Amino acid sequence: MLAVGLVLLLAAGLGQGTTRGVLREELLLRPLPVGDVAAVFQFRTRWDADLQRGAVSHYRLFPKALGQLVAAHGVRELHLALTQGFWSTQSWGQPPLGAPAGAELWVWFQDTVPDVDKAWKELSNILSGIFCASLNFIDSTNTVTPTASFKPLGVANGTDHRLLRYAVLPREVVCTENLTPWKKLLPCGSKAGLAVLLKAERLFHSSYHSQAVHIRPICRDASCLAVSWELRQTLTVVFDSFTSGQGKKDWSLFKMFSRTLTDACPLASESKVYVDISPKNKEKDLLEVTPTPTSVHEAIVQGDKTTYAVYDLLSPMLFNTSRSLNVQLKWKRPEDSSELSTPIMHAHRYVSGYGLQTGEISTLIYNTHPYRAFPVILLETVPWYLRLYVHTLTIITKGKENKPSYIHYQPAQDRKRPHLLEMLIQLPANSATKITIQFERALLKWTEYPPDPNHGFYVSSSVLSALVPSAIAMKNVNVEESPLFTSLFPSSDGSSYFLRLYTEPLLVNLPTPDFSMPYNVICLTCTVVAVCYGSFYNLLTRTFHVEEPSRGGLAKRLANVIRRLRGVPPI
Amino acid sequence: MRRGRFAPSGSAAERGNMAAAAPAARWASAAAAAALLLGCCGAVLAGGIQDQAEQFFKSGHTNNWAVLVCTSRFWFNYRHVANTLSVYRSVKRLGIPDSHIVLMLADDMACNPRNPKPATVFSHKNMELNVYGDDVEVDYRSYEVTVENFLRVLTGRIPPSTPRSKRLLSDDRSNILIYMTGHGGNGFLKFQDSEEITNVELADAFEQMWQKRRYNELLFIIDTCQGASMYERFYSPNIIALASSQVGEDSLSHQPDLGIGVHLMDRYTFYMLEFLEEVHPASQTNMNDLFQVCPKSLCVSTPGHRTDLFQRDPQNVLITDFFGSVRKVEITTETISLDRNLAGFESELPKDVLATEPLKYADQLPVAQIIHQKPKPKDWHPPGGFILGLWALIIMVFFKTYGIKHMKHIF
Repeated sequence: MLAVGLVLLLAAGLGQGTTRGVLREELLLRPLPVGDVAAVFQFRTRWDADLQRGAVSHYRLFPKALGQLVAAHGVRELHLALTQGFWSTQSWGQPPLGAPAGAELWVWFQDTVPDVDKAWKELSNILSGIFCASLNFIDSTNTVTPTASFKPLGVANGTDHRLLRYAVLPREVVCTENLTPWKKLLPCGSKAGLAVLLKAERLFHSSYHSQAVHIRPICRDASCLAVSWELRQTLTVVFDSFTSGQGKKDWSLFKMFSRTLTDACPLASESKVYVDISPKNKEKDLLEVTPTPTSVHEAIVQGDKTTYAVYDLLSPMLFNTSRSLNVQLKWKRPEDSSELSTPIMHAHRYVSGYGLQTGEISTLIYNTHPYRAFPVILLETVPWYLRLYVHTLTIITKGKENKPSYIHYQPAQDRKRPHLLEMLIQLPANSATKITIQFERALLKWTEYPPDPNHGFYVSSSVLSALVPSAIAMKNVNVEESPLFTSLFPSSDGSSYFLRLYTEPLLVNLPTPDFSMPYNVICLTCTVVAVCYGSFYNLLTRTFHVEEPSRGGLAKRLANVIRRLRGVPPI
Repeated sequence: MRRGRFAPSGSAAERGNMAAAAPAARWASAAAAAALLLGCCGAVLAGGIQDQAEQFFKSGHTNNWAVLVCTSRFWFNYRHVANTLSVYRSVKRLGIPDSHIVLMLADDMACNPRNPKPATVFSHKNMELNVYGDDVEVDYRSYEVTVENFLRVLTGRIPPSTPRSKRLLSDDRSNILIYMTGHGGNGFLKFQDSEEITNVELADAFEQMWQKRRYNELLFIIDTCQGASMYERFYSPNIIALASSQVGEDSLSHQPDLGIGVHLMDRYTFYMLEFLEEVHPASQTNMNDLFQVCPKSLCVSTPGHRTDLFQRDPQNVLITDFFGSVRKVEITTETISLDRNLAGFESELPKDVLATEPLKYADQLPVAQIIHQKPKPKDWHPPGGFILGLWALIIMVFFKTYGIKHMKHIF
């Protein structure tokens, strides 16, 4: 026991120089305008090894399951997100990391891969085994190849979109069986560090739960001559105990997670908790955080200046007074909810129409910036059984038609490929853009219906990628020193930041047959045939012949004798 | 003679071996005299023979597998998921690891929007026991639970890209526990309200498993209405089967919970769970105790079992032969010293190839590049089939109309 502990200490103490992996963990707590709290966990492992060239057999911080996957299938980037719920941008603000409802998987392959579709199929099967999700349902009917969105997030020396695959399974449920393998990929598991807070009973009692895995190659240092592999595991959860009336607006770690933090993961080089205490609407001292944070950090996140109270779990003074850290937030004055700032871009999508034959999908995109316009790429994937009519596509802004600068439309092939619609649209300042397209519902073959067809069929969320102008110019900061939640999307210049939003998924009813009809038809047809055929058979083959009346038995003859004696006619 | 006898668990279970023909009286007396003679000199050897006989009747399996299937969808079938999860919990507690359990749940109850306590599945009223827990791995979920997938798992005929956690990698020394629950009828079990598996298909699947030597012994438990009909057709050796009700009877559910709004468990599995909670990895409870688990007074239906295909006496079969796991432990007395000097190991890794010029991140939204993007040149395929035939027809008609001499204009 002592020997093992000594070895661990030695290994951790050897430092980053010789161990080629670095683990950073971080928790961001952001109080939302409506009174709920969003918690974003990020665990990032950076590994200075070359997975692609093989010859890696010693896995320390990087999980072996994912390392072997990347090496064997020629993966350059992998992004998998499992989400339950919907991030409502209008009331909660911009999401730190967006994800569509259900399961989303997008992968960039290396250009040395001979058959991308085969590698994609194998990859989704293996991931379904690792994460206990039904990712094996990903096939050509829900996979698309976007041509302008989803550029690689890691270092890349070319973007040939033929190596990109994107698929969404909107019906996928996220529950503890997906969280369990996700937690097992962490170097410390759920035993030490920030991951002790991840208890399923509290995490799924929320209005939004999203867990993701991102693997990408990054620059090893500022000169960017060598490539390291980065694995980010993120978990975003929004607790709604205040808006659902179950709790007060003041929150604490114990109230949210039913646990408190006791120590940092011994394998982590950095372990911090950030609490967003930015003053809203220019009012200072609205929030009070206890215990005292170890430092205060100011950063420009998503174009706006935000202040964070930082708790560094590795600093010795944090656990001086008590063994556990329970961050508590109190609202000093009741905030008037009338002044809710709207985010610069938000979107809304809905399906309209009546009946089971036709319908219309409408997407509304709002640009609330007072004077800046910016471009947005809209990517829509519609399943083949909703036949889109592209001639009915209209884009209207401020009453006038808005022609997109780039359109890519790939029509669907029945049972083979979904519709793909990608458009680059300029959103003028302070406007609402409405994009509508009509569709017709197809009738599926009766074996293609799922066991619960009356629930409806899902259309996956559409993706909006935009370069949103920032209120304050952002400087290029060193990725290694800035908090993790600022560094997933590489920023090119300071005047705008990249944002990816997802709209609502749609639920559409298809004309559903009555599945008891085959049984009814068989019964009815067999009865009719039996009755008809039986009657004809009888008519054709029945012959009549005269039958001799029988003499009667003994009893009858005796009775006839008695009757003759009485004078009554015989029977 | 292979037809067996299916006994309701009130009477003693009888093996269906052929009844011995009564020997004649003189043979009986001769045999008795010989036995007396042997008995006095065999007293010393009796102890050794007893041990050997017990050894002969021990199971001889080296690994354990479990296939737990819940076949019902929709919120009001909560109790079927709770049944399966309680067996999963017992099996894990007694030592079978997740890698040896194939768990198939046809619907998600824990994170169902109707569940007032998300991420929990309870088996007792007043929410005493959360059988879902914090460490659960479901291998086949939701729409993946179909008759085809179930039979593929059993017979091993699985597409090559299936991950390991979804396979039943048993061998001829594996003891397998198969538990099924859902809605059933006389001779069939309903999968997800859209398809059925019949008892003949199930028996044939087990026979395929036997012929491919995929099991050593099999324990089949089914908790559905008219469950005994599902094991009527088995004909492969080494199978014990238990069912919660006889043909013509319904299996009833235990108790509803007013907070959750549905029935939480079925009676048979409820009492089986209570029985299994008393079992620990070293306990000596045997199959006969399992046969007595739910008498008619508690279960209302009559549970049944079938042991005629099984070679050992159920008295000698431990519960942990199927519900627990065999672990091979080797005790060694030599000291193993851990290498404290790990730095030397790391320096043996190959040096990385450095790029000549700095790499950069891709531009996330390069507007100019996107607008002027040329459409990708599609690979040219030679025209095939219909188009080729159409052009051939057009050319033939042309030359028939105008004569073959026009060919010289082309060549």
